[in-house]
Amino acid sequence: MEEEKETTTTTTKKKQCFWTWALASVIFRLVLIHFSRNLNLASRPEVSTPLTSLRRLAEGYWLKQSSISPYAGSMYHGSPLLLSILGPLTVQRGEGQYNHLICSLLFVIADFMTAVLIRATGQNLQMAYNQSLKSLGIVRLLERSEMLASGDIAALVYLWNPLTIVTCVGSSTSPIENLVIVLSLYGACRRLVPLAAFGWVIATHLSLYPAILIVPLILILGYGPDSPRRKLFQQRASIKVGENPSTDIHYQQKELASQPMLPLRFSWRLVVHFILWASLWSCYVLLLCGISVRQYGGLGEMFKSTYGFILTVPDLSPNIGVLWYFFAEVFDYFRNFFLIVFHVNILFMILPLAIRLNHRPCFLAFVYIAISSLLKSYPSVGDSALYLGLLGLFVEELADMQFSFFLFCGYVGISFLSPVMHNLWIWRGTGNANFYFATAMAYACFQIILVVESVSAMLNHDRMLRKLSIMKP
Amino acid sequence: MSLVMLEQVQKFRIREMELSFTQGRWNYERWGGFDPISSSNAKPPGVELWAVFDVPHDLVDASWKNLTHTLSGLFCASINFLESSTAYSAPDWGFQPFSGSLRYGSLPREAVCTENLTPWLKLLPCRDKAGLATLMDRPSIYRGFYHSQRLRLSSTEFGSTEVESGIALDQTLTVVLQPTTSHRASMTYSSDSVLQPSWSLSSIFGRKVSGRCVLANSSNVYVQVERGLMSELKILHAEDEGSGADNLTFEKTWNNPGFELSIAPNRVIKEVNILHDETSIVLYEYLIDNYSNSEPFDLGFTWKFPVVWSSPQAPLHASRFLMGSGNERGAIAISLKATEPSDGLWFADTIENSCMLRFNVFQVVPWYVRVYFHTLQVFVDGKPQSVTDFIERMRISPSEDKVSPGVMEMALKLPCCVKSVTLTLEFDKGFLHIDEYPPDANQGFDIPSAVISFPDFHASMHFLKDDSLNKSPLLSKFQERSPVLCYTEVLLVPLTTPDFSMPYNVITITCTVFALYFGSLLNVLRRRVGEEERFLKSKDSKKTGRLGQLLSKLFAKLRGKSWEPTQTQSASSSLISSKLIFKVILVAGIAAGWQYYSG
Repeated sequence: MEEEKETTTTTTKKKQCFWTWALASVIFRLVLIHFSRNLNLASRPEVSTPLTSLRRLAEGYWLKQSSISPYAGSMYHGSPLLLSILGPLTVQRGEGQYNHLICSLLFVIADFMTAVLIRATGQNLQMAYNQSLKSLGIVRLLERSEMLASGDIAALVYLWNPLTIVTCVGSSTSPIENLVIVLSLYGACRRLVPLAAFGWVIATHLSLYPAILIVPLILILGYGPDSPRRKLFQQRASIKVGENPSTDIHYQQKELASQPMLPLRFSWRLVVHFILWASLWSCYVLLLCGISVRQYGGLGEMFKSTYGFILTVPDLSPNIGVLWYFFAEVFDYFRNFFLIVFHVNILFMILPLAIRLNHRPCFLAFVYIAISSLLKSYPSVGDSALYLGLLGLFVEELADMQFSFFLFCGYVGISFLSPVMHNLWIWRGTGNANFYFATAMAYACFQIILVVESVSAMLNHDRMLRKLSIMKP
Repeated sequence: MSLVMLEQVQKFRIREMELSFTQGRWNYERWGGFDPISSSNAKPPGVELWAVFDVPHDLVDASWKNLTHTLSGLFCASINFLESSTAYSAPDWGFQPFSGSLRYGSLPREAVCTENLTPWLKLLPCRDKAGLATLMDRPSIYRGFYHSQRLRLSSTEFGSTEVESGIALDQTLTVVLQPTTSHRASMTYSSDSVLQPSWSLSSIFGRKVSGRCVLANSSNVYVQVERGLMSELKILHAEDEGSGADNLTFEKTWNNPGFELSIAPNRVIKEVNILHDETSIVLYEYLIDNYSNSEPFDLGFTWKFPVVWSSPQAPLHASRFLMGSGNERGAIAISLKATEPSDGLWFADTIENSCMLRFNVFQVVPWYVRVYFHTLQVFVDGKPQSVTDFIERMRISPSEDKVSPGVMEMALKLPCCVKSVTLTLEFDKGFLHIDEYPPDANQGFDIPSAVISFPDFHASMHFLKDDSLNKSPLLSKFQERSPVLCYTEVLLVPLTTPDFSMPYNVITITCTVFALYFGSLLNVLRRRVGEEERFLKSKDSKKTGRLGQLLSKLFAKLRGKSWEPTQTQSASSSLISSKLIFKVILVAGIAAGWQYYSG
């Protein structure tokens, strides 16, 4: 009894602790927003890309107001829905402070909601995971994992990540993109099919790359959230069957089915629902977009200047990715070839990862997000902020990850060096494009190491689980 | 009329066209901004070309492209660069009041030299062999502050009303020259005024005119005395004489206290102006017909007294500059300052106290200067004001990357009391592909001149109706009502450059990193530890057909049962052969597809 009490008090303490830290981060953001004029973060290439820049959105809104297509000219490349929601907030009225504040507040709220959703997802994941571990009979791990509430950690990592804060204060639209991505994951984990479908459709609509998240979402809905390999459950079941051979197969299957939250079979019902909802939502979104761009060339124009802009990389202004310099330098005849190569690089990894990690769909989603933010045509630190936050969800599983300190130092080093190199090249004219590109290259390398090491650590964790379950019948 | 130009007009159905080659910038403050010469002959540096076509809308661009290529060949200039859609624009009303199929393009960087002048002279009936054109001694022309050769074509051939059909070709050469200060010491009259250097045709051009071109109808030289100078001279005259009684005779003389002309003019033409009864512009006319080889025409102009006067100014003096530093972003500012309201200019639009000054701004911005039009700000007398209060109408076509330049046409309305107006626009600098940079990439890129026009003001002179006056095309040109127009400076925008020597390094390094990513991730995914290897080996020893295994696995999955490896040894041989057949069919299919699509 006493122990239970203790645990409850510790959990309440933890809860309080979480909320104070979360509120502190919100207050910190508000303070920074107060000085955002002086910080001048909105024009940083790390924060605002051509796709997420609020300034370009303001230009698009202005063009729309003066009854020109918002996509006329190569300024705005975002969604027309975002234009009608955020557009009015970008208008400078006389003194002009008021709207700007509302807009920033919106981003703060988006960040906060993302964190809350990450936390809820994390709690859900942990509960399901603990249950599956219990059913496997591996209690040793559970004892250790009781200490870490991965949801809280992930949410706080997301909230206090300097990259997130910079993105939020620098008023780019990536907090909203991150919010809808997390929303879809949350909806899938909670089995709220319409919500998951909504998040996925909007995320795809806003930035195209989340389209590949359909694989992990279907896997979450089909198999449930992350769990050890399904083979282990089967083996365990067969061992149990072996122990009392009198029971027949039907009984064994019943037993398996009766275990909660562990659907070994793929539940097609939810997936079909998801697909139906997704098509419904996408029809709805397309309808809304069609209405808002009807006078300006219709949906074709919209797709050309949003998805077309993402896929053909026409804007060569520097960002933290590597594609801008590559396409500024590459010979024109090879341009199309390399465009295909880089985009197919994302697609090629979908299938192998999905096969190997199909029992861990949330982790799979994390890997997909990390890969797409690595190979994106216009990456920003907002994307990194999202996957670094999601990384927190897998603290227990990735505890044995290699090079974590090295990676941490690398990220810190790059985030200091990259602005310095940019300043030297662009503002002072003393540096060279190659120095800035070198930092972008190093950043890409660190991201690659992070992805590879996390996948490898997760696979090792699975091996360990298997060993444990075999050793302990 | 040259046959070449006639061909152009007929081939491209040009209704109107103007091509100018200019070196130097017209100094609106010193050389005037409110007379027919400055508003129609002053041109932006480099090449400017505009044309109105009489073709259906969808063919205008094609005609323009052909025209640029033809002109480029004719004038030995890189006018063909205006062919690309990033270089020309289609203004609606900002540049010329009439809309229609007008195309406008300019090349601010174009260097103008004799190779451009020679083809221009070829269009003249006597080239530079006879007549006034003999004055065009190349070194003396190109030594000047400013020279602009202009060619204007207008045809009424395709007009809807076929009253009078014909083609008119105007060729104008505007040169601003500094008279070489003579060797004799300039006498100082008072403490600050210095006697202007006197000049003669032979001293500034190094040549004399010997008779007219035989083919020319008329060949005249005019000396124009500006209004400001005239009024100064009158004051001088009054001081000398002590009485203003012989006002009329004073203006008729070419030898007055201020200056002296070496040759008596054939005629003195005085501008008739209702607004300025006091003083008016005086033109001295010389007929070249009267001179011959033995007695060449060499006009001399000698100053007798130092006179300081100012030229008539446009209502606003425009200048344009860049703001900001660094190579990421900046702002363009167009600053307009009210000039001294020289006598009676302002009441052109004064209607019952609501004195309003209207002007249009036409600005073309290349695509790599990405202008944020929502950042347009208007500062009136240094204070930021609401844009909508001053802008009557605005037409904007935003620039599209690598496709079209940004065009801004604005009509502004200001109260007359305003002293200065500044328009600012923020922009981001674009980043180009290495092939798009010119050879001297670090010099920067030029933004063509903006055009400020004043539709309510017309620079025209009025002369007494006289038949002889109409004969002279120059005078009839002066009498035309042309809106006052001025060009701003060309801006030089430095853009950041990538490293031009690095393409191979960048490609190889980037590809290496991506290969690293792909390889290492795949390796992690397929790597097995020792225990798993052993397990697989034991499995392999069973040696079942892979496909059969897969099939039975699939079958088991479909039935919802857990799969157990079954012995399908017997079927393996047939399965292998079917696999082989399948592979062959696949390869054949791919080959057929390839043939079909590439053939």
